[in-house]
Amino acid sequence: MTWVEIGIRAVGVLLAFLVLPLLVGQTEHKVMAHMQGRLGPMYAGGYHGWAQLVADGAKFVQKEDIVPAAADRRLFTLAPALALIPYLVALAAIPIHPGFAVANLPGGALFVLAATSVGILGTLVAGWASANKYALIGAMRAAAQLLAYELPMALAVASVTLAAGTLSLGGIVEAWRPWWLLWQLPGALVFLVAAVAELQRPPFDMPIADSEIVFGPYTEYTGLRFALFLLSEYGGIVLMSLLFAVLYLGGWRGPFADVAGWAWTLLKGFLIAVVMIWIRVSWPRLREDQLQRFAWLALIPLALAQLVLTAVVVVI
Amino acid sequence: MDAYVVVAAVVVTGILLVSAAGIARRLLAPRAATVAKQTTYESGVDPVGRNWAQTQIRYLTFAFLYVIFAVDAVYLFPWALVLQTAMGPATLVEIAIFVAVVLVGLVHGARRGLLRWL
Repeated sequence: MTWVEIGIRAVGVLLAFLVLPLLVGQTEHKVMAHMQGRLGPMYAGGYHGWAQLVADGAKFVQKEDIVPAAADRRLFTLAPALALIPYLVALAAIPIHPGFAVANLPGGALFVLAATSVGILGTLVAGWASANKYALIGAMRAAAQLLAYELPMALAVASVTLAAGTLSLGGIVEAWRPWWLLWQLPGALVFLVAAVAELQRPPFDMPIADSEIVFGPYTEYTGLRFALFLLSEYGGIVLMSLLFAVLYLGGWRGPFADVAGWAWTLLKGFLIAVVMIWIRVSWPRLREDQLQRFAWLALIPLALAQLVLTAVVVVI
Repeated sequence: MDAYVVVAAVVVTGILLVSAAGIARRLLAPRAATVAKQTTYESGVDPVGRNWAQTQIRYLTFAFLYVIFAVDAVYLFPWALVLQTAMGPATLVEIAIFVAVVLVGLVHGARRGLLRWL
């Protein structure tokens, strides 16, 4: 691979990371609005408010940037980058077309899990460095949440890698068969719940519960730094949806996969993103202890049962 | 090996993205700092107390359990590579014993009331 190709691939990931979250964000605006009997943004850009998020970005960049006097300045400015970059890097490992991923890693499944768990550090650092009580409580909740979702997610992914006999995400898609939809269903549900918890989206948004602790770790952030946190949340939705599509829905598989494989991956990922929006609209926020209980008494036993089922079926 | 070079390039791109955002902010955002603005936000009232407070970490036991199970999960990934080889059935029994021991610990903890948010 020449340096030029490496550069093109890196810029390609960057473009996808900047465009896809906007698409998901706009979809969220509109889908959520229609589910609630509203219209959502209608003015920006003319046609059904398509440019709303672009306008939001232009607004964010012109807002005054405030670093509280009590904050740890270096960590405070570092935190948005720490939250954002891991999702960008993890996105590079997702296979989108037969035989093609931007970075075709032999241990892709493990790499994506590792990269996404770095992202949560951004939230923790933000909460600590803000020197704000709401922010600290939010960061503590985020840490508690990390304990609850990380393990079920790892176990669910481990189950798929067992079924495929490889840690490469591309290899998993190649090994995937339609009957896995049923075989891996419990693991898929565990993964979806854990992904929503990782992204701190409702019903698992207690770290940023606005009616209790303002905006949790992001309370003190303004302007573009705040926008970077939002971008990392939506980038995270894109990543988790695509990962779900790759692990459980057969990624690029579908009619005319040789030509349209990338479209299948994106379509399946988009479908999961809409499901995540649907979940957000449908359920009220849980309490932190409820999530903890749910994780240890429901998700982890379910994930372990899936693991046993997978291993036994593979060996037999 | 190439794939890891690409990963490194993507990391660099991410750093460039954040730096570019920082430069754009510096050029476009207004700056008019006042003491009131830079005070810690506490719902509009003056911050109470100093930068030292006591708090209770309520999920310490969950954290311990998490560490145990996270190490457990680390062993599962290499296992995925050998399960479909001739060693498969033997490793299945071994892992089953290993996970069962950890699981008995979890059940024991749950029954003794460890999984409560105190």
